[in-house]
Amino acid sequence: MEQLAFTALSVLTLACALGVVLSKNAVNGAMCLLLCLAGIAGLFVQLHAYLLAFVLILVYAGAVVALFLFIIMLLDMQGGQPWRPRVASLVAGVVAAALLITGLDLLAVRGRIADAAPVGHSVGSSLKLYAYQLFTTYLLPVQVMGFLLLVAMLGVVVLSRRMAEPEDPR
Amino acid sequence: MADFFFGLPVVVQAVVKGLAVILFIFPVAAACSMAERKVSAWIQRRPGPNRSIPPFLVGIPGTRFLQRLGLWQLMADGGKFVFKEEPLPDHVHRVYYTLAPVIAMVPAFTTVTVVPFGAYLDPHGGVVPLVLANVDIGILAVFAVASLGIYSLILAGWASNSKYPFLGGVRASAQLISYELSMTLSVLPVFLWVNEPGSSGSLSLARVVAFQSGTSGWGGAWFLFTMPVSALIFAVALFAETNRQPFDMPESEADLVGGFHTEYGAFKWSLFFVAEYANMIVGSAVFSLLFLGGWNLLPWLPLATLMEGLHHVTGWAFWLHPLAVGLVSIAIFVAKVLATIFVFMWVRWTVPRFRYDQVMRIGWQKLLPLSIANLIAYAVGIYFLQG
Repeated sequence: MEQLAFTALSVLTLACALGVVLSKNAVNGAMCLLLCLAGIAGLFVQLHAYLLAFVLILVYAGAVVALFLFIIMLLDMQGGQPWRPRVASLVAGVVAAALLITGLDLLAVRGRIADAAPVGHSVGSSLKLYAYQLFTTYLLPVQVMGFLLLVAMLGVVVLSRRMAEPEDPR
Repeated sequence: MADFFFGLPVVVQAVVKGLAVILFIFPVAAACSMAERKVSAWIQRRPGPNRSIPPFLVGIPGTRFLQRLGLWQLMADGGKFVFKEEPLPDHVHRVYYTLAPVIAMVPAFTTVTVVPFGAYLDPHGGVVPLVLANVDIGILAVFAVASLGIYSLILAGWASNSKYPFLGGVRASAQLISYELSMTLSVLPVFLWVNEPGSSGSLSLARVVAFQSGTSGWGGAWFLFTMPVSALIFAVALFAETNRQPFDMPESEADLVGGFHTEYGAFKWSLFFVAEYANMIVGSAVFSLLFLGGWNLLPWLPLATLMEGLHHVTGWAFWLHPLAVGLVSIAIFVAKVLATIFVFMWVRWTVPRFRYDQVMRIGWQKLLPLSIANLIAYAVGIYFLQG
């Protein structure tokens, strides 16, 4: 039963991930991404990581994909030009994929995450452990990520201001 | 009875629970729509629907009252949706157009299962909450699943493939995301206070009610009185999240015809309607659990004390029976939920609709800073109170 559920969820996740990349219609792609996230949440539930599953649904499925759809609808990205791969982007893509696969392989074969938070029986206790780890062991990565997001946000503000200026009627 | 039910396979139990939710929510949502028409009529000083009655009931004493109340109108409206023609306009994206009402129903009905609606006393005097799916995640599950409801509005607006529904869908996506932040931030002080130092940590809604069940001190006061700002932010965000006036930008019939559901008719349209009322019921239930003390009758008068008091005054041992406690707790809780729903309707027929820019300004420039300041203030206060 568990094996069957795992297989079904994995197939769903992978098929939808492929659908995100391959679908021509942007809305179809966003919906595939949504299903893909639901599949990953299901896999988390199978690992008894209920907290991660629900946070994934809340943040990514509930808000981020909805924002994607908002942008798709606002910019009306229906047909558009088909994307033609250039040599530089192809090379970059292959290198990035190779790095990712090597990293995952190393992690799977001989890597071991040192002190991963133990799986609690209740979400409340695992939430507490999770929060404790975030504020002690992983404090630096969290702060760095927060800083990166802040930089990205400021960048968007600066860039959108600059682009809006020439259209000013005055 | 209970033993027989829990002896059934898990799948059968799940199906029974699902059917129970459907059989409960559909009539209640329909009754809410009729209540809405009657409340609007009272507020506008007109009688409201009071004419329709099945011919074979005319003249029977007692039916006149139900006729005045609009009960038969409610059944006529419900039956009408089943027998109406299902329009499927040529220009729509068929898959998403058909899918959107279904997506509206699923989160609305799923959240009903994780909301506790009553309690009974076990032999040791402990209060056991009544809930269909007793998940430990509580409020996180409600927020996570409810946040998926946004896709029904977006997809309905996009799949209708015409101007006004499209604008409704775009507005829905922006509005719902904007208010989700304030809503989540406004309940954090409640859980900060509930999870006292040394406790194992919990996001359960029943735990919040248990905290409000004290007989003295801070524990007995409802969070409505100890955290009025949180309650206000949560209520305003709830109006926005359930697309109720004055925040019903996605529908906004004055400027968008019908908004996201302009192209819908018959049963598909009524599914959106039922989902909206189901969301409202769940939202009111969560508000009652978080800020109105759940199934406790009054502040500092929790359920257990109330039942023991009744037992003392009347001398009936029946008051301590789990069945009696369960029924009384459900009655108290339902009364609170209905009162909250009435406030929803009251506001809808009293306050005019905001403009879209006003909705955005309230969300981002007023509610969000207020909820962050509120969170910091309570974090400091709770540190000194419990530290």
